[in-house]
Amino acid sequence: MTTTTTAPTTTSTGSIPTTRRSRRSPIAPYVFVAPAVVLFVAFLLVPMLYSVYLSFRGLRLMPGGAFGKREEVFIGFGNYVSALSDRDFLAGFGRLAIYGAIAVPLTLGLALLFALLLDLGATKAKRFSRTAIFIPYAVPGVVATLMWGFMYLPLTSPFSYITEQLGWGTIPFLENPEIFGSVANIAIWGGVGFNMIIIYTSLRGIPSELFDAARIDGANEWQIAWRIKVPLVTPALVLTGLFALIGTLQVYGEPTTLRPMTSAISQTWVPLMTIYRDAFVRDDLPRAAAGSVFLAVCTVALSVILLRLTQKRAFGES
Amino acid sequence: MSQPTLAHDTVRTPFLTKALPTAVILVGALYCLVPVAWVLVASTKSRSELFTTFTFAPGSGLVDNLHDLFAYGGGQYGTWALNSLLYAGVGAVLSVVVSAMAGYGLAKYQFRGRNLVFYSILAGVLIPGITLAIPQYLLMSKLGFAGSYASVLLPMIVSPFGIYLCRVFASAAVPVETIEAARLDGAGEARIFTNIGVPMMLPGMVTVFMLQFVGIWNNFLLPFIMLSDQSRYPITVGLYTLLSKGSGEPALYSVAIIGAAVSIIPLVALLLFLQRFWRLDLISGGLKG
Repeated sequence: MTTTTTAPTTTSTGSIPTTRRSRRSPIAPYVFVAPAVVLFVAFLLVPMLYSVYLSFRGLRLMPGGAFGKREEVFIGFGNYVSALSDRDFLAGFGRLAIYGAIAVPLTLGLALLFALLLDLGATKAKRFSRTAIFIPYAVPGVVATLMWGFMYLPLTSPFSYITEQLGWGTIPFLENPEIFGSVANIAIWGGVGFNMIIIYTSLRGIPSELFDAARIDGANEWQIAWRIKVPLVTPALVLTGLFALIGTLQVYGEPTTLRPMTSAISQTWVPLMTIYRDAFVRDDLPRAAAGSVFLAVCTVALSVILLRLTQKRAFGES
Repeated sequence: MSQPTLAHDTVRTPFLTKALPTAVILVGALYCLVPVAWVLVASTKSRSELFTTFTFAPGSGLVDNLHDLFAYGGGQYGTWALNSLLYAGVGAVLSVVVSAMAGYGLAKYQFRGRNLVFYSILAGVLIPGITLAIPQYLLMSKLGFAGSYASVLLPMIVSPFGIYLCRVFASAAVPVETIEAARLDGAGEARIFTNIGVPMMLPGMVTVFMLQFVGIWNNFLLPFIMLSDQSRYPITVGLYTLLSKGSGEPALYSVAIIGAAVSIIPLVALLLFLQRFWRLDLISGGLKG
């Protein structure tokens, strides 16, 4: 597969410990990482830098010709000023905050709860429950939104059917402010299972002697869960929290798919939808670039803050 | 209540200690299964039954709906499904190869620039992949690739998380002594990787394959932005167009519903089948508190 040279460059007379470094082909590691680095540069680094470059460019009317001509020039932070003074864009961050305040804690809380229950000796039907809760992971966000959307729609909703039978009328899932809970619910539904598995596997890695000792000391299962298990799976919680945060900032598919079913979701409901509109509806690519750079900076900043606050090196490896 | 208890703390009603945890987790399972059950039931309903009968009552239109689905747009649904399989299957395989090589290289060699490469790639986890879609589209259009299969396939191959997992797994699963022994026997670095490294890393590679397969299969924004030709759509973008047309044409709702139902069956089956080979402990195993 690779064309690594195999010829030893030094004679193999040294003892085993010294051959560790001296005998290996010096270019081998570069060949191994080359495909990843090339793809990383081409599809992450270059687009990122291009985005930054584009965000400082703009069309300006230059003197010349009968009516002047449009030329692409550097305009400094003009696109950022324009993007950040757009009320729709800023309001999108506000809506994102409400959505995230519902989705992130509930996803993590439920994932932790289910993981602890799976880890508990007394719980029955574990295999079934674990598989059932994990199934939504395999359902694309668009398909999940489609399914939940029909379950929200008054005409087809089983929930509204029940409340109507009881004489309470339909539940306004697709109106304001319920729409926040409804969109968040789709993300929670899709995310709980995967996060549960991460936390659960982390729980399984705790040596059981720790619990035995606590039980002998008279701790009950509730105390063991809160005082021993939760602190020990904190790294897994930080990691899942990080993924939930990044997922929140880039929410796009769910509200976009739900739009045809409701008037409560505008074309600029979340920041990414505004960026999409700027790029493809208004054809204002530099402003879209400024918006997406701002969003990326927010993501990195929030991630760093999260990791700092928890003071855990979630990705730490010697 | 009738069972003898040993210590004070365990004097609890059996309801609290046994039934409650089971009840709570079953409620969670129900919550996760209800939409799937709903879409499966709704897919059996004819157009008129969809809006008139109780939502969980099976209908009589399954065969007609299936026919409508596969006849829609001259068999577009089948094309979308095959496209999704192509993007996710080829993309995940390439991604595993690239990730395994990089992870092995980063874990098993000391070389200049190793930390730079590793931490740059790791930082890629933090950059929202979706935020990159617009510049990727612009660059692809400049190169004339936008709208092609490659424009959706290529950006998804490099997976920072996959590389990170492969590095964790290569560190843990491939002993340095085995590599040294192979070197003493005169094996080349490439041969050591394919004959020793890969078999030992296989469980981790299956995990990366599944994560990437599901990730690409579920991706919406990148193909949505890149593609304009409906015959290259994956199933997610295809179903979205069906649904947005459906708001003006409610007859398409039943096609969208059965389309959703049919699309989740293979992926759920694949997931259930591969579940036993997953090594998700890797994800948390690499974490240090």
